[in-house]
Amino acid sequence: MTPKIELRGVKKRFGSKVVLDGVDLVIEPKTSLVIIGGSGTGKSVALKCILGILRPDEGTILVDGEDITHIGGAARDKVMRKFGMLFQGAALFDSLQVWENVAFGLIQGRGMKKKQARDIAVAKLAQVGLSADVAELYPVELSGGMQKRVGLARAIAADPDIIFFDEPTTGLDPIMADVINDLIVSTVRDVGATALSITHDMTSARKISDRIAMLYGGRIIWTGPTAEIDHSGNPYVDQFIHGRADGPIKMAVKA
Amino acid sequence: MNPFAAIGRAVLTVLAHIGRLTQFAGRSIAAVFSPPVYGGLIGRQLMSIGYYSLPVVGLTALCIGAVLALQIYLGGNRYGAEAIVPQIVVLGITRELGPVIAGLMVAGRVGAAIAAEIGTMKVTEQIDALTTLATNPIKYLVVPRLVAAVIAMPVLTAIADIIGVYGGYLVATLNLGFTGSIYLKNTVDFATRQDIVSGLIKAAVFGFIVALMGCYNGFYSKGGAQGVGNATTNAVVSSSILILAADFVLTAILFHTS
Repeated sequence: MTPKIELRGVKKRFGSKVVLDGVDLVIEPKTSLVIIGGSGTGKSVALKCILGILRPDEGTILVDGEDITHIGGAARDKVMRKFGMLFQGAALFDSLQVWENVAFGLIQGRGMKKKQARDIAVAKLAQVGLSADVAELYPVELSGGMQKRVGLARAIAADPDIIFFDEPTTGLDPIMADVINDLIVSTVRDVGATALSITHDMTSARKISDRIAMLYGGRIIWTGPTAEIDHSGNPYVDQFIHGRADGPIKMAVKA
Repeated sequence: MNPFAAIGRAVLTVLAHIGRLTQFAGRSIAAVFSPPVYGGLIGRQLMSIGYYSLPVVGLTALCIGAVLALQIYLGGNRYGAEAIVPQIVVLGITRELGPVIAGLMVAGRVGAAIAAEIGTMKVTEQIDALTTLATNPIKYLVVPRLVAAVIAMPVLTAIADIIGVYGGYLVATLNLGFTGSIYLKNTVDFATRQDIVSGLIKAAVFGFIVALMGCYNGFYSKGGAQGVGNATTNAVVSSSILILAADFVLTAILFHTS
């Protein structure tokens, strides 16, 4: 079977700082993969390369077997329609009402009529546990957890093939984090999508993933089924998942 | 520190900025002429760039026109040429002060707002979010502002011209003993089509500069609140300087004096 997403030797550097140093990664259809790794290890950069927000210096990125590394314009828009993304800070458009946020990709990206898009938006909000009266509010009137839910509703509004989650639980209290984790698991299953998440929250990673990959030093140093992460035999992975200050990973004091 | 390295680094930084700005401008202009066109967004920007700038532009134009009349009267008085006030006022306002004052006021009011809004969208990942929703951020954010500014600025300037002349008229008739009808007749007889049109052309260019610099600085802002603050400052400073530089170049081109 063709992998949903495949990264081959992806390299990216900013000035003299090498962030990704040959990332190889395969994500099978309808599975959920979580990339773990410390702050500043390039998890977000890897995600942005796949999304086409950043362009890798070397390497290839394939989606459904199609090389999307260097495409632009209409071809890029077509690939973007397969994607949905939940941003770390939700990244809701604060000049638009909640329902307009959720319906944005339907109206602007796909040219759907407002009335129809609004109905879908309200249905998607219900799917993430928000009632229809939230639809009229503006994002600033919502709590952090509700904003995340709206962000999730927006990400799934167009029934994407692939959903990206950037630090989905960061900044939430443990209970709300678990609620969001549950929502991620159920929505990804309901939509039948492939999921790629990045996080350093191990509780979340264990809960929402089928497979886990660890990014360190610009490369994927370990990848395997979630159940095997405790027996990886990899000292770097062990140190990370147990959150130990001592170990092979030395925290850079200077950025 | 090696002084040559410092100079080299500064030169490279400036060149990188110019290159990036040129690229940004090119992409933005290309996006103006390709679908989709967001008519509603252009309308909203016309309101915020044009309509809401009317009070501040009108007020400054009134003051400038009044001061201009007073100064010309006092200067002309030295060799008995004070009757020239209406002619110089209309020339100064339509050719120079109308478009430049409107441009600088809009740079302060609108350029700053554009940079702050787009900069905040940038640092809160809203611009990335647009991309993931299959919407081109240049088309959605930059094009409406560019188009609205290029349309609104000549209109604002035309209004500033009228109010500026009126400011001169007020001072001349109330303080300097001019007869209203003669003042207006001298104004209308003296002003040529070229005086007015050249000012409106300048205004359109200034509008482009303000919107472009606001969007550019917002788009490339980074690093949270401070970054947005810097972007706002840079947008106002750079568009003000570019307006004055472009004013000189445009004057030389439009009046073939070079």
